[in-house]
Amino acid sequence: MFESLSHLALQEYWWVLVSILGAVLVFLLFVQGGQTMISCLGKTEVERTMIVNSLGRKWEFTFTTLVTFGGAFFASFPLFYSTSFGGAYWVWMIILFAFIIQAVSYEYRTRPNNFFGERTYEKFLFVNGLIGTIFLGTAVATFFSGSQFSVSEMNQSQWEVPAHGLEAALNFFNLSLGLAVFFLARVLALLYFMNDIDDDTIIERAKKRLVINAGAFLVFFLTFVVWLMLRDGFAVNPDTGEVYMEPYKYFNNLIGMPVVLIMFLLGVVLVLWGIFVGIKSASRKGIWYAGIGTVVTVLALFFLAGFHNTAFYPSTYDLQNSLTIQNASSSHYTLTAMSYVSLMIPFVIAYIWYAWRSINVKRIDKEEMSATDKDGHVY
Amino acid sequence: MVENIDLSLVDWSRGQFALTAMFHWIFVPLTLGLGYIVAIMETIYVKTGNPEWKRITKFWMNLFGINFAIGVATGIILEFQFGTNWSNYSWFVGDIFGAPLAIEGIMAFFMESTFIAVMFFGWDKVSRKFHLTSSWLTAIGANLSALWILVANAWMQNPVGMRFNPETARNEMENFWEVLFSPTAVNKFLHTTTSGFVLASIFVVGISAWFLLHKRDQMFAKKSIVVGSIFGLIATFMVIFTGDGAAKDIAKHQPMKLASMEGLYQGETGAPLMIYGFFSGSDEERLKEPKEDNFAFNIPVPGMLSFLANGDFDSYVPGIRDMLYGNDEHNILSFEERIKRGHVAQQTLKEFKDAEKNGNTTKYNSLKAKFNDKEWLNTYMKYFGYGTYYDPDPQKLKANVLELVPPVTIAFHSFHIMVGLGTLFVLVFLLLLFYTMKNKIEDTRWLLWVALWSIPLAYLAQQTGWLVAEVGRQPWVIQDMMNTRMAVSQIGTGAVQTTFWLFAITFVGLAIAEVKIMLTQIKKGPKEGGQ
Ligand code: HDD
Ligand code: HEM
Ligand code: HEM
Repeated sequence: MFESLSHLALQEYWWVLVSILGAVLVFLLFVQGGQTMISCLGKTEVERTMIVNSLGRKWEFTFTTLVTFGGAFFASFPLFYSTSFGGAYWVWMIILFAFIIQAVSYEYRTRPNNFFGERTYEKFLFVNGLIGTIFLGTAVATFFSGSQFSVSEMNQSQWEVPAHGLEAALNFFNLSLGLAVFFLARVLALLYFMNDIDDDTIIERAKKRLVINAGAFLVFFLTFVVWLMLRDGFAVNPDTGEVYMEPYKYFNNLIGMPVVLIMFLLGVVLVLWGIFVGIKSASRKGIWYAGIGTVVTVLALFFLAGFHNTAFYPSTYDLQNSLTIQNASSSHYTLTAMSYVSLMIPFVIAYIWYAWRSINVKRIDKEEMSATDKDGHVY
Repeated sequence: MVENIDLSLVDWSRGQFALTAMFHWIFVPLTLGLGYIVAIMETIYVKTGNPEWKRITKFWMNLFGINFAIGVATGIILEFQFGTNWSNYSWFVGDIFGAPLAIEGIMAFFMESTFIAVMFFGWDKVSRKFHLTSSWLTAIGANLSALWILVANAWMQNPVGMRFNPETARNEMENFWEVLFSPTAVNKFLHTTTSGFVLASIFVVGISAWFLLHKRDQMFAKKSIVVGSIFGLIATFMVIFTGDGAAKDIAKHQPMKLASMEGLYQGETGAPLMIYGFFSGSDEERLKEPKEDNFAFNIPVPGMLSFLANGDFDSYVPGIRDMLYGNDEHNILSFEERIKRGHVAQQTLKEFKDAEKNGNTTKYNSLKAKFNDKEWLNTYMKYFGYGTYYDPDPQKLKANVLELVPPVTIAFHSFHIMVGLGTLFVLVFLLLLFYTMKNKIEDTRWLLWVALWSIPLAYLAQQTGWLVAEVGRQPWVIQDMMNTRMAVSQIGTGAVQTTFWLFAITFVGLAIAEVKIMLTQIKKGPKEGGQ
């Protein structure tokens, strides 16, 4: 069935899949956002324990989604994988370090004789939440602002600035997306806590925090969006493959792809509605609106970067070296094979859903956290 | 092709890969094996309903969780490191190599992380059956992730199922099934996962032995020993069987690795296998000044290497020198000739690219035809990677040939330590079972000490196994196609040095934490340890 598709259709299909992974990843970064608020939301030991455990039952999904995002990008757009990871070395290394220290922190935090001490593991979680979100956002912003790299005729790529990726973090517009992601992650975390934790004090505190974080998110997000709509973009001539600068390219993309426009608007509205519900009402459903809204919005952003004859990983060093979904992709055969594999995804989602529903029937509360005689596993 | 690469960059990148991979590998084999052992124990619990077995299950499951976390922490680096440090490699083979990594994520990692959550949080929330199923799925998920990454690794050792595309200057996949079911991949998967079972079994019996030595929790310990040694005994036989398969596979696809593993400089019919040995002189001296006997001390078993390699005591096994300088009698092409042919292939690719750039269509088409010509592919393209060692000066070319020999001493000792330990473990498990059957195990203190001390030895066998596999294939990243120099990312040596040390420090810190936590939980014993 997939083998009869054109190469371009497969490339588009895989761009959609990678975008979905990226979008879900941004949503799941609520774990990271939550990690930056453990001590300000939890004033007592048991409160902190509730918060850590609420996040601790989900962190693996964020982590695994990140890993799969990397793997899927490698398989479908290997030239991006080699160019970006090998070039923007420092950005990715910093992200990796932030995730290494996260992976042990939940399991080891309250274990006796754990060498670093409970507070250190909480600091690890904080660092992961701060760095992980900001740098991932910054890295994604380079899809729109470009990077300085070259690709040889043998498709070997090389970064042309000695900072190896750190320069991206010094660019205010990249950073504005990084900070928007950071505050969004915190917003989502607060909404998630309201949903998952059965504790009035924590919910009260979360509501208060939500206002500030939502405000900060909006400031940075709007900065980014305005900049994006006004800036020149990296357009590709579909006939010759030539890359050139086009004024208001991303705005044009938005108008040129009405579906994406609708997605973008709908996503933003849902996020705002989720925040509003969280602040104003007693409903616990805010996370659902904001979560779905996040996925849809990020998806739309990825579509703006990759579709409508746009170079998704532009080179400002030499425009003609920019990566498009066509020149950076795997072969027809590989994409076909991988597309069959992708049929497993709904099945994976189904079992995740089923398994989680069966252990998540009850919200986290003080009683569960302090019960030592029972069978539970408390971080 | 890439002439002006800083060698120290290559070495630091190799060092960083070795560091991170070997560190990851400290934790992975225990995950692979202990997952199954825990699932088996829980099955006994569900079948018998005996709460003692639940206690046993939970004790080992707890240790599983501690070990698992750090396995995950170290795995993420590896996933991205192909891009960060081997970016040319990532393009050159990404069309094939990326697929297993992606499938691993979609198929295995999600499975593990979902069901491990049920395993830990689900005890009083889901039914016993569902919980048991989750434990099994966690174990299967871990082993599935091993499958895909090992398929990728096996493909580097024995690249199959692909075709070189000159237009994109990379290898492209032609047959997924050939990649997945290549004998190298199948064998590697079986050998590696079963070696994980062995390690986990030794871990279980060793720790149980410690309890018996301290006269604590004796029922618990004896029951664990029974499960551990039966599982371990079966696994050890499988490791040896598949290890033999690995050796035969190497004889076919990586004869240089095989020769290095055995320190065989001059080919022989009826070649001997060394039980152990020590070389005289350094690797370099032995290469440059041929001697009759390269060993200061050795215990050879005549004909055994021939048998291990080809299943025939009288068969011929080529030595390092036969490959370097060729051997007409046995139809072995010298490396010098391979380098020249590889150079032709690389030049052809360059000309092709020039023709493409200059719009010279006739030349473009005629050169392109070469890349579709079976004969030409087999004569020249097959040696593509060797071309990197070309030098117009014949003297220098001769000298370059020597760079194609892996570090023999490391390969030799690693191989023999691994095999020796494998044999030892059979004995350990047999004795443990014997004394358990006779109900004398708690009084056989020497054996309990042996079991306890086998734990570090099992880790040693694991690490040396990978040293054989990875050091033995140097300088190739992909056998005969790409060497480390061509594969590396163009970043400053200083950057790689910095990350190397950062990784080293982080890892040591994490390892100390994990060992301390693990030991504390073990000392607490099964009562509280199971939480
Ligand atoms: C408990 C661990 C353990 C034990 C007892 C053994 N092995 Fe092993 N061996 C491994 C653990 C291992 C490993 C760590 O899993 C390796 C590293 C790479 C691989 O494929 O498996 C390996 C690799 C490996 C290789 C290299 C494969 C390659 O280069 O692709 C060979 C030839 C053998 N083994 C052969 C043996 C033989 C003949 C054994 C007989 C006793 C043996 N091994 C016992
Ligand atoms: C199955 C997955 C693995 C893959 C795909 C893989 C791939 C690689 C690559 C790309 C390199 C760097 C290039 C080179 O030096 O050849 C390397 C080197 C190395 N790897 Fe692996 N590796 C894997 C697993 C492991 C494991 C689990 C270990 C150890 C426990 C290991 C040990 C080493 C060592 C020691 C080196 C350095 C060899 C040298 O440069 O001299 N590898 N491997
Ligand atoms: C160099 C190659 C390797 C890469 C890129 C790699 C990648 C990874 C990653 C990303 C994780 C974390 C998974 C998670 O998010 O849960 C992981 C863990 C793990 N890997 Fe590796 N790995 C490599 C070598 C190996 C080898 C050789 C094996 C087995 C034969 C293996 C088996 C496992 C297992 C069993 C885990 C346990 C934890 C888990 O799966 O989550 N890995 N690996």
